[in-house]
Parts: sequence; C-alpha cells; structure tokens
Amino acid sequence: MIKQIPVCRYEQLIPGRGVAVLLPDGSQAAVFRTAKDELYAVGNLDPATGAYVISRGLTGSRGGMPTVASPMLKHVYELASGRCVDGPAGPDPAHRLPTYPVLREAETVYVLEDPAIPRDGNAFVLDDAGAAAGDA
Amino acid sequence: MRILIVGYGMVGHRCASVLSELAAQRAAGDEPVSITVLSKEARPAYDRVHLTALFNGSTDADLTYDDPPGVEVVLGEEAVALDLAARIVTGAGGSTYAYDALVLATGSRPFVPPVPGHDLPGCFVYRTVEDVDAIKAYAAGRRVGAVVGGGLLGLEAAGALTSLGLDTHVIEFAPRLMPLQVDDAGGMALRQRISELGVTVHSGTRTEAVHAGEDGAAAEMLLAAGHDPSDQRTLPVEMVVFAAGVRPWDTIGREFGLALGERGGIKVDAHCLTSDPHVYAVGECAMAMDGRVYGLVAPGYSMAETAARHILAGDSKPFLGADLSTKLKLMGVDVASFGDAFGTTAGARTTLYSDESQGLYKKLVVTEDGRLLGGILVGDASAYDVLKPLAGTDTPLPADPIRLLLPPSDGEAVTLGVGSLPDSATICSCHNVSKGSLLEAVQEDGCATVGDLKRCTKAGTGCGSCIPMLGKLLDAAGVEQSTALCPHFAQTRSELYEIVLVRRIGTFAQLVAEHGVEGADVEGCEICKPAVASILASLSGRLGGPKHILSGEQAALQDTNDHFLANLQKNGSYSVVPRIPGGEITPEKLIVIGEVARDFGLYTKITGGQRIDLFGARVEQLPAIWRRLVDAGFESGHAYGKSLRTVKSCVGSEWCRYGVQESVAMAIELELRYRGLRSPHKIKAAVSGCARECAEAQGKDIGVIATENGWNLYVAGNGGFSPRHADLFAKDLSRQELIRAIDRFLMFYIRTAERLERTSVWIERIEGGLEHVRDVVLNDSLGLGAELEALMDAHVGSYTDEWRAAIEDPETLRRFVSFVNAPDTPDPSIEFTTERGQIKPLLTIGRRADRTDDVKDLVSAG
Repeated sequence: MIKQIPVCRYEQLIPGRGVAVLLPDGSQAAVFRTAKDELYAVGNLDPATGAYVISRGLTGSRGGMPTVASPMLKHVYELASGRCVDGPAGPDPAHRLPTYPVLREAETVYVLEDPAIPRDGNAFVLDDAGAAAGDA
Repeated sequence: MRILIVGYGMVGHRCASVLSELAAQRAAGDEPVSITVLSKEARPAYDRVHLTALFNGSTDADLTYDDPPGVEVVLGEEAVALDLAARIVTGAGGSTYAYDALVLATGSRPFVPPVPGHDLPGCFVYRTVEDVDAIKAYAAGRRVGAVVGGGLLGLEAAGALTSLGLDTHVIEFAPRLMPLQVDDAGGMALRQRISELGVTVHSGTRTEAVHAGEDGAAAEMLLAAGHDPSDQRTLPVEMVVFAAGVRPWDTIGREFGLALGERGGIKVDAHCLTSDPHVYAVGECAMAMDGRVYGLVAPGYSMAETAARHILAGDSKPFLGADLSTKLKLMGVDVASFGDAFGTTAGARTTLYSDESQGLYKKLVVTEDGRLLGGILVGDASAYDVLKPLAGTDTPLPADPIRLLLPPSDGEAVTLGVGSLPDSATICSCHNVSKGSLLEAVQEDGCATVGDLKRCTKAGTGCGSCIPMLGKLLDAAGVEQSTALCPHFAQTRSELYEIVLVRRIGTFAQLVAEHGVEGADVEGCEICKPAVASILASLSGRLGGPKHILSGEQAALQDTNDHFLANLQKNGSYSVVPRIPGGEITPEKLIVIGEVARDFGLYTKITGGQRIDLFGARVEQLPAIWRRLVDAGFESGHAYGKSLRTVKSCVGSEWCRYGVQESVAMAIELELRYRGLRSPHKIKAAVSGCARECAEAQGKDIGVIATENGWNLYVAGNGGFSPRHADLFAKDLSRQELIRAIDRFLMFYIRTAERLERTSVWIERIEGGLEHVRDVVLNDSLGLGAELEALMDAHVGSYTDEWRAAIEDPETLRRFVSFVNAPDTPDPSIEFTTERGQIKPLLTIGRRADRTDDVKDLVSAG
C-alpha cells in the first residue's frame, strides 16, 4: 500500500539544502531541493556512522549528477540512486542510501512510501508505481 | 653471548635496536644473547637532534624513544672502569657488568673554552634535556643572551634564545658562521639573514672572559678580535650558552688502554672494532678509519649498524667514512652543503650566484666535463633535493650550472626537474624510496596523485619533506596535477578571492556562472560551496554583501556546522560554545552557562581555548539555548566556523607577579576585533603577559608575548597533528603597531591561502615564505598595506553577532526543527546514557536495520 506522506510547503525548502522528514514507520527521510529546483528524497541515516544527519549535508553535483555529502565523514551519495560515489577512501559500494519518490502537488511536497518496494534508485518511477509494486 | 652497550644516546639506542632485531631472528639452537645498556643520563634515550623542539612547545616525552624489546636498560649508571683482560665494566656504584662484546657509544661532551668565568651562574651548555630546562628557567625575565659558537649547534642555541625572547649575540672565532659547512661568501649571506632576524653576530672574535655582576652571576663578556689588548671590548649579557663544539667522550678508552686518535676519539677499524678485539666504539666517541670523528647522527647510525651486525650477523657493511652533506633550516634560514662543497677535487670549477639584497648565496662545484661534485646553498636550498643525488655521479647536469642557480625568470625558467635525476636517486630518505620505485608505482600501479604515491610506496609519510618532489615527479611523468579547487572551478581558492574582490561578485551563482569551468553545474559541490561562502563572508564588509552567513543564497552554501551555528557531534546532536573573550568571565555569566547546561541537560567541558563547550543539544533546542545566552550578554563563539576561535591569555601583569603587560586586556581587544572573521581555516591566537609564556602563544596562528618594551608578535604556530612552533615576526611593538601588523597579516593570509590551509602550512608554502610575508606586512613591499587594513576595518565595522541575528529572524529560526513535518517531535535517534554524572551519546549504529540490508533481503526473497 503506497502512502503519500506530506512533507512541507514547497517554499519552505531552500534551494541547495535538505530537511529531515519523520516517516510513519518511525524511519527518517531527507528531502532535498537542488539549486535547479529538482526534488529528491533519500534515507536520513548515514550508513557510515549510524547518525541521522544526511538531511544536513551539502548538495552538489558530480559529473552532472546531483549529490549530497554526509556531514559526518563526507561520504558523497548520488541523490537519484543513493549510490556512494565518493568518500574518505573513494567510492564505497557497501554504503547506499535508500531512495524515495518525491512529488510536488499544489505547493505541497510529498514523499511516497511503500514498504514493499525495493528502494533501488531510479528503478522506481512514479507513473509506474502500481506496476512496480505488483512486480515486487 | 653477553653484549654490553655503554651509552644510551641516539647512537647507543640505534645499536641496541639493531642488536635486539638481530637477536630476535636467531634460530632456536643458537647461543642465547643478552643485551644490556648502561645509561649515564637518568632518562631513556631521546632524540637529541631535535632538542630545539623543546623550545617550540614539545615536551621531553615527545622526544623520548621506546626501549627496544629484550634489552635491559640500566638508567643513571655511569661506567667508570673497564678491565679489558677480564672483560668487565664497573659502574659508579660498584656494580660490575661482564661482557663478551662491548660497544662504547659514550658520545661527546660540550667543549667549553677554558676562559675565566666560564663556570659562573648564568653560563650554560646546550646538549641535554636538562640543559634546555636550565636555559629556559634562567632566561625567564632576562633580556640579553650570548652564544659562544657560530656553527650548527651555536646557531640552534641562538635560535632557542631568540625564541625565548632574548636579544641574542653570537660569538664565533672563525671569520664566518658555520665554518665547516659553508665558505666565506656563504657565511656572509647566512650572517646577513641571521642578522635580519635580530641576532647580532660577532665573527672573528674570541671570548676572553665572562665577568660576574654584583649578584655573582654572568653579567658581561670580554671579547677580543686580535691579540692587541686595545682590541678588547665588553658586551653586557645576562646569560651565556657555550656551543663551541663537542669533544669525543673517550675517557673510558683513554684511561683503560684503548688506542686513541691524536686529537681524541677511540680508534676503530672498518667494523668499528677498537684496538681490543672484544670492544667496539660507535658514534661521536669514535675516530673512524678515515681519521675523522663524525658529529652527525647519520654516520653514527651507520656505525651502530656496522658494529651490531659484526657482533651478531657476521655480514657487517664496513664503515669507511660518511657523507657530510647537510640541509637544515636554522632560524628559518635554509643552509645546505653537499659533496665537495669547498672544491678540493683536482680540476674542480665553481659556479656562483649571489644576491646580497635577498640574502642568497649558491655555489656549485663541477668537474671539467660538467659533472656535479658538490655545492653550497644559503637562503634557498630548494634545489638540494635534486642536486645532492647528482653529486659525485656520472649523470651529466641537465643545463649550464649557472642556469640551475639563477632564480627562474619570466618566460624561460630553467628549473632542475626531478626528471634529471637517475632512477637510483633516493627521493624519500625516511622510507628509502627511490625515484625508480616511484615511477614504477606511477606507471604500473596507476598512481596518479601524491596521495596515491604515499599510500602505495610510503614515500612522503615520514618527515614529509619530499612531498613537493612527489608532485614534481608526477608532473615529470606526464601525470597532470590539477590545482583546481574542484570540478566546478579551475581556479584555486586564492584566485577566486581575487576575482570576487576585483569583480565585486556577490553570489555563488554569479561566480560559478561567470568564472566556473565551462558548463559548470550551478549546484556546485561540498568543496566549492563552503569555500566560496567563506570568501563572500570575508569580504562582505567590503562588498556590502549579505551581513549574515545564513541570509539569502548563502544559507545553502554553508557546511552543516555553519548552517546550524553549532558543532555537529557523532550522534547528530550539536555542541554550543558561547564566546568568552580572553577567557575572562564574571561569576554571574559563569552561573548562567551552568544554569543553561543544567536546564537543557547538556554535557559540559572546559575547552583548550579557555571557554566552555555545552554538548548534546538537539537542533530544535539551539534557539532556546541561545535566547537565554544572548539575554545574558553572550554571543556566538564561532567554534563552528572557519574563523577566529579564541584568543587565550594568561592573567597578566594585573595579577601576576611576573607579568610585564596586561595580557588579558590585550587578548580581549584582539578577540573582539577579529571575532567572526571568516578565513580559509580556523584561526587561534593567544597573548602571554611575559616570557614565561603561560598562554602557549607560540603554538598559535597569532601569538603575542609581552616584553618590557611592548609586544613580540609570533605567527604561524600550530598544535594538532603536525605541531609547528610559531615564528618570531616582529619585536617590541606598541599596541597600535601590533594591531596593524595582525590586521595586515590576517588579511594577507585570507587573501592568499588555499582552502583549509592553516597559517602554518601557508607560510611554508607561499613563495618567499616567512620573509616575504614579513616584507609585505611590515615593510609594505607590495603596497597592499592600506588595502589590507581597509579590508579589516570593513570587517570590524560590519561585525554582528550571528546568533543574536538568528534568533531575531523568524525565517532563520524556522530551519531549527527536528523534522519539517513534525517540528515538535524530538529526533528519537538521539539518545543518551550517563557517565561520570553527565550525559554521553548512546550510539545508534547497528540499532536499526540498515535500509540497504532491507533491500538485499527483498531482492533475494523476490
């Protein structure tokens, strides 16, 4: 069952920064608005340290892909895929952030959560939500 | 086999270490080995070469070596008798030590010329930790000191006295300084540079006597230039350090029947064996095969290895003599001498470059057919690393010798590249890595950065002095070394600063659009955004940019600490540090801090910068905490910023019996002047009220030490991972002169330093180093003085308290929430336990299943 979780009003998001979102199951997401006004949501837990701080990281881009750098040990994650593309010892495939579909409707930003869906980067496309859920 | 070592200096320690390693490698059936060391000093072996570090904030513990495993060390035991026939050494207390092999490593003793008064109170030698402690204690409160001896040791001692704030005189009998390492002209250049640092050099001068004052302590020296009594003159001094050389400590050999050299030193053969087949001598107490007594540590180490391997391994490398090449920095001045520095080889030809205006002197000695034999470099020894490996080899010089010595000129800089070195040349002497192995790492292991080379070969991970060479080697190997700040900007931070200043750029978006690399993403990254934010903040007073680091677009540029104006801790909570200027605080304010900490349940700790850190605040608590603090008159301490942290101070002349100036008042004035100044890295400062230096100012970026005539300014000190002793920058400044010098220094640093470059690294890196910075700041050599001061005035004039502004702005306050969709719910992941009566983070790692693991489970289940 997909839940559409209201996050905040769009104008509350500062371009280039993130906010933390408490999800109904008690887990946390980090929602970002990039400088180009794109929206992304990933898990708020920094897998390298166990602290819920990803939302406070700095956004940026690597090779044209939007990223966030964890404020803890500066692992850099792609916002779209959650992949760790850089860190103190280079890219680390063992660390990956879950990703969430995020949606803007009438000036409100929502995160979509479906526990049954593998949070595997771009595999999840909003329009195919039902199909993707059915396949899993 | 019983092995006994007498003497536990650096060479004795090395010998014991090698023996210990060899003993550990012996097979089970081999004869058992016992190793005993007798140390006259009552302390373990230590690094005597870096004795000066004790004046730079290091402690004797930093210099102490570990005892090698399996070695019995007897401290405080002086060997007084040696029975060669019975093979027994007797200690001062009567204990006896039988041996099968004996190694004498007794070192040397300071040579004190037997002039009248040489043993008065106030006369010292410079050899041991105890000597250093005695010099430091005696120097406190005194103003003039003299060093007898202008060689390597003497100039080190002079540097030590200068760093203690004394007016320092050096008396050298030879006509020039460092007579063993440099020639007359080199000595002149060295003298000029040392004189500029405030040391008065009396060369070609003899010390005739030290006279006592009314208190019976040294008060005056009698000096003479020739034999005519009318040449004599007196020099008022308050202390004298004898550093006129050393003599081999060969007493035990002399008294108990070992053969000695004519001018002292226990005679040894190529295996370091003395005239007795069971006794070896190594280091400064020994006279080697070539008739020399080596006073440097490297030959001592070679001898220690030769003797140790001869005793236990039977494959010792003969010690026939050693290279006396040296490169050192004395009081910040480069001096290097290598190979045949004096041109004694038949047919040797010399090439000279000398520039008195810059205090530079360089000489190369070459053969008729252009092979390098040796050289001398004073004032700039940067070419030493590439020239020394070429000396004495058949590798031809890559260009005319003179072109190698000339400073690079526009258009045609001839620099002696690492490319001209043979593959066998050692680049990293700490880990003995050759150019060939480094090239192999580049070509075969794909090393493309200095970091790669360090990881792969260990080169550059010892003293670090070869790191610039590693970069050059990568260049020479065709690996492009980018100075670009990040993928979005091809410029360095300092270049971006100039662009922002000159073009009056007000935003990151404008800077990246107009000056970023072609097609640079406006998103920037976590490297360029905070760097540009810092530049914009440093210049906001001047350019009239946003007054607050969280206003407008800047909010998105700041690192997390700056974004929440607090310091992120490991569990996602923050710490709070109110400013306590100069470390001075009223009881009322102290109580407020205590009450705030108690009411919010925060962990409190006194920081090294004389203030109080409150830990464990959640994001949403920060505004409430600060409202209370601001109401009580506190303001942001900028502990979160790359900016001025604190100006630490001692209590100064208002209270202290020894203080000569009001250090607290000065510290407060400086802290209030420079608070909030954004810079390439954090800046720490301190003010001490007298030469006792209780505020530890010489370990700070800006250190101020009171003198009876004003203030001495020290710069570019650092604690931390690679400590650096601050350099004395200017002496006896008035208050106005001091502030002007610091204004200019800091603004010049902010303008020219690279990202996250502390002053200590910057001053070593910037072309011309300390001298150049001093010229710019004190002599206004670039004509920038007025502009730098104006920039600082603009900063001072536009300063506002960031926290007061934050809690007064509802827009900013709205960001200080735990969750944007549940602002009243505290983050459940931040939990604490208690320890020693205070909170401590309860770490969440592993507590909750990592979401990526969930993914794996689902995928495998599907």
